[in-house]
Amino acid sequence: MALKTETMILNMGPQHPSTHGVLRLELELEGELIKNVKPHIGYLHRCFEKHAEAMTYPQVIPYTDRMDYLASMYNNFGYVLAVEKLLGIQVPERVEYIRVIMGELQRIASHLVAIGTYGLDIGAFTPFLYCFRDREKILSLFEMTCGARLLYNYMWIGGLSHDIHPDFVRLTKEFIKSFRPTIDELNYLLSYNKIFIERTANIGVLPLDTAINYGVTGPVLRGSGLAFDLRKNEPYSIYDRFDFDIPVGKGLMGTVGDCWDRYYVRVQEMEQSLRIIEQAIDQIPEGDVQAAIPKRIKPPKGTVYFRVENPRGELGYFIISDGSPNPFRVKVRAPSFVNLEVLGELCKGHLVADVVAILGSIDIVLGEVDR
Amino acid sequence: MKSAEEIFEILKNEFGEAIISIEKDLPTEPIISINPFEIKKVCMFLRDNEELKFDSLMVLSGVDDANGEKIKDEDGTEIIKGGTLSVYYHLYSIPFKHKVTLKVSTPRENPQVESVESVWKCADWHEREAYDMFGIIFLNHPDLRRILMPYDWEAGYPLRKDYKNPEFYQGMKVPY
Repeated sequence: MALKTETMILNMGPQHPSTHGVLRLELELEGELIKNVKPHIGYLHRCFEKHAEAMTYPQVIPYTDRMDYLASMYNNFGYVLAVEKLLGIQVPERVEYIRVIMGELQRIASHLVAIGTYGLDIGAFTPFLYCFRDREKILSLFEMTCGARLLYNYMWIGGLSHDIHPDFVRLTKEFIKSFRPTIDELNYLLSYNKIFIERTANIGVLPLDTAINYGVTGPVLRGSGLAFDLRKNEPYSIYDRFDFDIPVGKGLMGTVGDCWDRYYVRVQEMEQSLRIIEQAIDQIPEGDVQAAIPKRIKPPKGTVYFRVENPRGELGYFIISDGSPNPFRVKVRAPSFVNLEVLGELCKGHLVADVVAILGSIDIVLGEVDR
Repeated sequence: MKSAEEIFEILKNEFGEAIISIEKDLPTEPIISINPFEIKKVCMFLRDNEELKFDSLMVLSGVDDANGEKIKDEDGTEIIKGGTLSVYYHLYSIPFKHKVTLKVSTPRENPQVESVESVWKCADWHEREAYDMFGIIFLNHPDLRRILMPYDWEAGYPLRKDYKNPEFYQGMKVPY
């Protein structure tokens, strides 16, 4: 007679330190191996889309800050570009340059959190402190510019809320100079650390066709080996003027598309962001930081879907306008929401401890998943 | 790289009646309207055709068109009778770099749309969200339940234009 076996259900979260927010995973286990993962989300649902319908177009911007709270600047960026496309207006050159610089600084800050907390999840405490030390410098630059450290409300429709501080250019250059060596330091400390590699290489391999079918974007897609970056493939704002590369996963430590590849894409992207900032910072033209736009913003009837490359992937805004000052419908295609969906596929057949490594490598922000 | 008009012609030749119309005079993107019960076949064709290869679904969004008859309720709030709910599909082809927007409309009282989950896995959660927020039923979806709202939320579908907040949820006061 065969032994009777049955699977076990284990709840991970909603309050679990490695879920980066409030996320509940229902794990179906066979011994210590994972058979199935069912994510339960919605704990941070704040009705962004319902709120947006009651607001005027400029009033929506502070709400976009609060979705992906680690990349607020970029959420503003995507929203204002979408509305500007609907309105059909051009913003001054100076605004374009400042927006790109802020966006790339934000990308570095966001990746630093991703890398730092990823190390923390896996058991390396020190890199976390290095990362947060440098993120602090970026936050100080933002604070100097617009007064806020996390939720900026900085990019407005047709321009910016403030011009940059007179010292901003000098301090940003100093930051770039001081940050370059930190990336190497971080590599020796974490990326090439034997224990770290043992935990992440060959874990959670995501094949490219699965990745595309699941619609994943950003470092998760690039980790699987496809050089797809909206800044290059569908340049918006003025990204076509800068020279930078798209890092992709190459399977240096294991298989293409494993956790280490996704992690390392982020490290390399920070270098590329520095390159963009370096090119942009010397070219900021003089001028105004607000385009001449009407006081009451009333876009024409129609729809727009605009997508930008957020630190986490493709951030899209689908806006329907009925010609009134309030948007008729705002739908956000949040990169974390889509990327999280693939978790179940990645975890199958791995150990419980690997779920933490896989979830960290996807780098989700629950504020954005639940909106 | 194909324009929306060319894609519309290809679809019209392949599916005939199921492809309803194309709206071209919009400020940004043309929209192709499709029969809600044929959408899966059309999407399968768009994904697998050698000349089109729409391998990724960027976003799937439910919309309340609020184009029905608006009636005042006894307590002064507005309810909508008749009209349609819509689902928009934004597709993108990575090899050919072209885009297309599809739209299906379904009656508000009995909203049913064929699921495209088997075409793009990505649609799974998007469809659950559209169900959660608008009450659109996706036929043949493997696991259609609420996703962002609590599973036991009984007060209807929040993003409909005539949604009313309940007084209480599980004994807790809702309006703040």
